[in-house]
Parts: sequence; C-alpha cells; structure tokens
Amino acid sequence: MDFPTFLIQLLNSVQYGLLLFMLAAGLTLIFGIMGVVNLAHGSFYMLGAYLAWWLAGLSGSFTVAVIGGAVLSIAFGLVLERVLFRHFYDRDHLDQVLLTFGLIYIFEETRSIMWGDDVHGVTVPDVLSASIPLTDTMSYPVYRLFMSAVCIALALGLYFLISKTRLGMKIRAGAFNRDMAEALGVNIKLIHAVVFAIGVTLAMVAGMIASPVSSVYPNMGSQVLIMCFVVVVIGGIGSVRGALIAALLVGFVDTFGKVLAPNIAGMLVYMLMAAVLLFKPEGLFRQ
Amino acid sequence: MSIKTHLEILPGSLRIVLGAGFVALALFPFVATDFYAQMVARMMILGIFAMSVDLLLGVTGLVSLGHAAYFGIAGYALAFLSPQDGPVNLWWSLPAAVGASALAALVIGFFVVRTKGIYFIMVTMAFAQMVYYLFFDNKALGGSDGIYINFKPDAVAFDLGNKLAFYYFTLAMLLAVYVFLRRLLFSPFGRVLAGIRVNEHRMRALGYGTFGYKLAAFTLAGALAGLAGYLGAAQTGFVNPELMGFHMSAHAIMMVILGGMGNFAGAIVGAFTFEWLLHFFQDLPQIGSFNAGKHWQLWIGLFIVLVVTFASRGLLGVAARLVTRKDSAQGSAE
Repeated sequence: MDFPTFLIQLLNSVQYGLLLFMLAAGLTLIFGIMGVVNLAHGSFYMLGAYLAWWLAGLSGSFTVAVIGGAVLSIAFGLVLERVLFRHFYDRDHLDQVLLTFGLIYIFEETRSIMWGDDVHGVTVPDVLSASIPLTDTMSYPVYRLFMSAVCIALALGLYFLISKTRLGMKIRAGAFNRDMAEALGVNIKLIHAVVFAIGVTLAMVAGMIASPVSSVYPNMGSQVLIMCFVVVVIGGIGSVRGALIAALLVGFVDTFGKVLAPNIAGMLVYMLMAAVLLFKPEGLFRQ
Repeated sequence: MSIKTHLEILPGSLRIVLGAGFVALALFPFVATDFYAQMVARMMILGIFAMSVDLLLGVTGLVSLGHAAYFGIAGYALAFLSPQDGPVNLWWSLPAAVGASALAALVIGFFVVRTKGIYFIMVTMAFAQMVYYLFFDNKALGGSDGIYINFKPDAVAFDLGNKLAFYYFTLAMLLAVYVFLRRLLFSPFGRVLAGIRVNEHRMRALGYGTFGYKLAAFTLAGALAGLAGYLGAAQTGFVNPELMGFHMSAHAIMMVILGGMGNFAGAIVGAFTFEWLLHFFQDLPQIGSFNAGKHWQLWIGLFIVLVVTFASRGLLGVAARLVTRKDSAQGSAE
C-alpha cells in the first residue's frame, strides 16, 4: 500500500469512526442515563437521511435541509420521549427491546408510505463538491473532510455541554443518583427529555450528513445499529469517551479490513468485539 | 420477573385445553386443505423454535436477540449435506445439523454467557449478525441468494416428501421437545436454571458454577433451535441469510412473550398466534389506493408496541388470571 492510498483509507476510517461515534454517543447516553435499550436508534439514522433528501428536494438547498431537519429531529425526539419512552424507563430490558423492535417496523413502514422504497441520491452543495488532488490519479473529496469536521464539532459540543455547563452537571448528577438529584430540586423528567432529544438528534443529523455519501435507501438503519452495538460493547456502556475510542477503533479495523482482507472483512469487527469481551466483559471504559 | 408470572405448573383447566389442542392438531390434516396443513406444520416448527428461546428467556432469564443464528445454521447444514441429485438420509443428517447448531452455540455462548443484562442482548445480536454476514458475503456459502434443497431428507421408513408424513413427523417432534423440556424444567438442572433467573448471586453463593449451567442452557437451546431450523429448511426447500436476521430472533421472543414465558406451552401458543397474525396482516385488503397487506410490518409493529405496553404477561397469563379469578370468586362464596 503506497502512501496516498494509505492516507485516503486512514481519512476514510476516521470519517467512518466519527460517524459511528455520533450514533453510538446517543445510544450510550440514552442507556447510561435512562437505562433504555433502543433498537430503533438505527431507524433514527434512516429517518434523518430520508428527511434530508426530502427537505433538500423541497427547498432546493442541502444546507436548509440539514438545519430544518435538525430542528424537526429535536421536536421528534421530545414528542417520542413524552408519548412512549418515558413510560419504559423503569420497565424490564425485555419490554424495551420489544417496544423498540416494534418501532423499527413502524418507522420503516411510515417511511415506505411517505417516501416509497426507492434508493435516492442527495447532491452536495457546490462549495463542498470539490476534491483535493493527492497524486495524478487520486484525490480526496472535500465533503468527506467536511463530514469529519461536523462530527468533531458536535463531539466537542457534547463534551462541553456535559462537562462544562450547568445542564451537563445536572445530567451527570441524574445519571449518578437519580433520586438524590431529584431531591435536590433537579427536574429529572426535563433532563431525561433533553438527553433523549439529544440522542435522537445526533442519530438523525448523522443520517443527514451521511446521505450524500451513502445515498438514501430502505433498511439503511439496521447495519448501522449493529455497528453501534459493537461500538458500545467495546467502549463500555454509558461511557461517551469509550464510545469515541471504540468508534475510531471499529472504523479503522473495518476500513482497513476491507482493503487488506476482503474475505473476512465483515467478521473482523466482531472478532475485535469477541477479543475485548474475553478480557474486559464490561467494555474498555465501563463507568 | 417474579416466579408467579411464570406459571411453571399449569392449572388443570389449561392442561385440558392444551390436550384438546394436541388432539386437534393430530386430526387437523383430515379436515383442512393442503395449504392450511402446510401452514400449521410451519407453525409447529416455529413452536419448537419458540420453546428453545423460552428455555433461555423464560427459564434462565437470558434475553438472546441472536437465537435465529442457530435456527439458520442447521438449515444451512441440511443444504450442504444434501447432494444435488438425491435426498440425504434423515437419521444422520438431522443429528449432524443439530450438532452444528449446538457447536456454534457452544462457541458463541462461551463469549456471550460471561456478559449480563443489556450486554448479553447486544452481544448475542452482534454475534448472530456476524454469522449472518459470514453467509451473506461468501459465495461459497450461498451468498445473499441462499441455497436450494432439491430433495426432502430420506427417512427410509417413511417418505418426508409426503406432506402428511412431514406433518406428523413435525407434530411428533413438537410433542417430544415439549415433553423433554417440561421434564427438564423440573429436573435438578432445570431448577438450577430457574434459580439463576430468580437470583444468580444466591445460586453462586450456594456453590453452583452458574457459568457452566448457563453455557449448557445456551448450547441446548441452540441445538433445539437447530432442530426447528432443520425442519424449516426441509419444509421450504430453501435457505437464505434472512433466516438468521435479527427480525427472526425478535419474532421468536415476541412469540414467547405473547404466549407467556417459562412454561413452554405458552411458547407454542404464542408461535401459533404470532404466525397466524403475520398471515392475517399480510392478507389485508387494498383500501382505496392504500395497500394494507403490503404494509403488514406497520400492523405487526403497532401490535407489538400495544402488547408490550398493555399486556406484557402474555395470553396464557391472561387466561390464568381469568381462571384464578374464577377460582377465588368461588372460594370466597363458600
């Protein structure tokens, strides 16, 4: 492997890892703080991608679509939390699994009824459609760098929110000891709603910004969901930092696996997970 | 999960209903068309699969979201063992296929059984997906298209190609698995598994190596899922990776929940009900420009959400509640 190829693959692996992190961060936060297993997390990714495609078609602008879509995602997350998820925080994991499995079907069919079952492409705005030449024949698209930049910005924002703000302090207090935090006057219901909406929005925005690269297709959430599970298991559930490191690790193994050992590439990530489980059954950064 | 909701010992009235159900199944091919007999054979196969899930879910308290992998592996084993130009002998290919599923469950179980709760759910699902991709990505293993099984297995003494013979063979297997699991439930081994569900720490403190027991349960459940998968592949004459997808695993859990868990009878009732519902939703008519049957997943999704929200104890649980309510009403009258 020569250097430009290596560089391209490395950038791809980082970009994929960061995208996985956006999804896994929401999943791990929702579990860590509310104790809910959410199988429908991949569906949020799918819905985000379709929403971006749909809004871009309506408005003619990808930027407007992402911003409008993000606002809709927050509203969607808040409503879903209020109507359904709130009642499942204290239920068995088994009930949560089945509830969110039922939601996968509902979201997929809603998508099918509203937008059909076709595969769609999303056009990148002109500013971002260029490529940076690396050699005479190889180049790297600016949009992929932009994706990574957005993910990093959101990751930093999330870090700042959780560890530096008053709201973040309340979130951490709620995760640490819910009853005590509530007794001290923290509105824990509000905190839960906010955290859930953050998780949903992260997943949907991930789908939106990934849509120009991956295109938009039915069931695009399923594979991403399982990758997120792998990331969360490796990183340790409830740990955002663990999710970041595990996501980058999974992105690296998956991307380079496809180049170096295409026959077993699909299984490599799971072998990595098995190896982690053997030595650290609770993940690398269990909190 | 308390012990009471598990209904391990079935009330007499329920036993009579179940016995009548068995007689009805035995007589069914005489009164039904071929299409419905085939459908009920499929339901019985799923009943075996649901019971294998119940051994983990209802008895041991392990929520496996990847159990379809072992269902699929035995189906694939039958596909590989069947020659292109003739049937394979049932009496060695069935144990071989079940053995393949058990071996896979043993190896994967070694990794997953050491995890707990939510981890167990995610890890079983991830490993099943690994098996799924193994078959999906490799052309040598059939790839995404799957493999056809041209001939039904040869049972020597009778002809499984005969639909009636296949029906009764499946019914016999259903009964055998049910009786075996009921006996297992009240054996010392089954008591340890139930103890692990109720309080694993206490079982450990009593000196039981719970890891070994859980791994044995996981392997046995994998083997029984393999039996169902073998029959399923023999019936349809076709295997593809979708057999191992997590939808299949989640359906099996739903069957157990629907019927009521921990007593195996509920798993069978749930499998029949769920499969019937799938057919019912898929056959819904066109309403104006809206094809209600094509969007069957929407209805099954809504159904699952409603059941989980309002009746998470299952059909047998509801039936038992009605029975006990009547009993206690009589008791108070005396």
